[in-house]
Amino acid sequence: MKILVITEQREGQWNKVSFETLAGAQQIAAETGGALSAIVIGKGVSALADELAARKLDEVLLVEHDLLSAYTPDGYTVALQQAIAQAKPDLVLLPHTYQVRDFAPKLAATLGKGMIGDCIGYRLETGKLIFQRQMFQGKMVADVVFEGAAPWFATFQAGAFRSDLVAAGSSKAAIAMVAVDLNPQQIRTRPLEIFREAKQAVDLTQAPILVSVGRGIKAPENIPMAEKLAKLLGGEISASRPICDEGWLPMDRQIGSSGQTVAPKLYLALGISGAIQHVVGMKGSRTIAAINKDQNAPIFEVADYGIVGDLFEIVPALIEELEKNKTT
Amino acid sequence: MKIVVCIKQVPAKDAPLTIADGNWIRETDIGFEMNEPDSYALEEALRLKEKHTGEVIAVSMGPERVKQTIKEALAKGADRGIHIADDKAHTLDPLSSAKSLASAIEREKPDLVLTGLQSDDQGFGQTGVLLAERLKLPHATLIMQIDAQANTMRVKRELEAGWFQWVEVPIPALLTIQSGINKVRYATLKGIMAAKKKEIATITRESLGVTVEPTEHIERIYVPVKTKKTEFIAGTPKEAASKLLEKLKHEARVL
Repeated sequence: MKILVITEQREGQWNKVSFETLAGAQQIAAETGGALSAIVIGKGVSALADELAARKLDEVLLVEHDLLSAYTPDGYTVALQQAIAQAKPDLVLLPHTYQVRDFAPKLAATLGKGMIGDCIGYRLETGKLIFQRQMFQGKMVADVVFEGAAPWFATFQAGAFRSDLVAAGSSKAAIAMVAVDLNPQQIRTRPLEIFREAKQAVDLTQAPILVSVGRGIKAPENIPMAEKLAKLLGGEISASRPICDEGWLPMDRQIGSSGQTVAPKLYLALGISGAIQHVVGMKGSRTIAAINKDQNAPIFEVADYGIVGDLFEIVPALIEELEKNKTT
Repeated sequence: MKIVVCIKQVPAKDAPLTIADGNWIRETDIGFEMNEPDSYALEEALRLKEKHTGEVIAVSMGPERVKQTIKEALAKGADRGIHIADDKAHTLDPLSSAKSLASAIEREKPDLVLTGLQSDDQGFGQTGVLLAERLKLPHATLIMQIDAQANTMRVKRELEAGWFQWVEVPIPALLTIQSGINKVRYATLKGIMAAKKKEIATITRESLGVTVEPTEHIERIYVPVKTKKTEFIAGTPKEAASKLLEKLKHEARVL
């Protein structure tokens, strides 16, 4: 099986999830005995291709064009279509990033192919690749297989593989320049400035303890209770996306794929179901404790300690206990 | 501005899910609701219409029950609905779903097509982008703000880790809306009454002439196997709280 990884960079900086996908691709290549190549796409990114060529793979394909200096879904699709036509891979693997979500389904569709997105793993069964992906907000996992002829497209979620397990090559891989035909008329959208909203007031990555609230907190009036617990524990308050969407806590308190990624020594999840978008941002925490009324909530899959119950009864009890210890 | 918004009906958030036939869930005895990410797309469509005038058409695909979700959209202010009746919609791969939706939307010649970023059931997160490709429309995803002019829009696209980007997109186009872009409205009693007079057109995949050539399929679904062993702490709230603190202090040593 011939595997092609499409890596991601922005302004010459890697999106590091690319290396997790590369680790997965190396594993699949080893198991299926196939060749592995990887694409670097952009403008003025030959240094990245060089860096990539030190990894264990057969070839690095460098796709450069003036019109690829800033990402556009049209530009990337047109260019990668041509690169794929030349490389003729059976399996195209990408990291499941926001950018990949924006163009990869389109790229596959222009070739009449499907994409299995957001995979958490794979299995090889008698030569057949079976991909695992979550459904129903992480409450179920699905085994998904491709139908029809190659190439097949799949994306791997952040955390599916470990980037530190990417094997180095015994010698430097060849770098091939892929010439692509691309004209300005093919690019229908115009990317403008990239910016960060109001500066991050709190750096949650530095907090040793986080008390994080989810939908289970029910109303903004209940946030102070969680804040009080955070304070008593010597930590900060954080939240899952819906809480910040509602404006109950500011956006800079958000943990997850669209917020901050944290790894405190204690992460206490209150009423957080554990949708994958949240879990990717906190699963590296040293100890995870979760309180949730639903014993099947996916948060319990990553939790070290769990209490199934009503957080409005348990949190006051925690506060009371902590206050008692403080005074004695 | 003529806006088509795609809304999906999904199992209610707290619905207890059980597996049926190996690769789908048992649909009897559970409640369904509008896919939350799509409710933000609907709200954005209604706001654009209020600002620029025009029409909002709510499109949904699925069995008879999805009409309820279309009615909800009509009650909130959508002008009419299109129901793509398809009892097998949940078995379709993303590309096939997009083919049906595109065929139904194409004939409306909309200025703007909006979808949510993904569904809370299958969560493929591909329908919007595939729909744009089928409709030959430019697209932008994960949109947090739309500033529309006559023939063009400036949209704010969410990148990762707190970054954003402005993108200029010509009209017509397709946008997938990021959750949290707006505050979703509730239907008013007046809206619910008005919805009764609004039209829901029903079409089928067959009448659209769409054939399914699956590119992938779900072999089976199952409850995830736990990778970490969670120690569950039982007892009254007071006991559980005390035990948890004890364990965090002396076992995990994080307090």
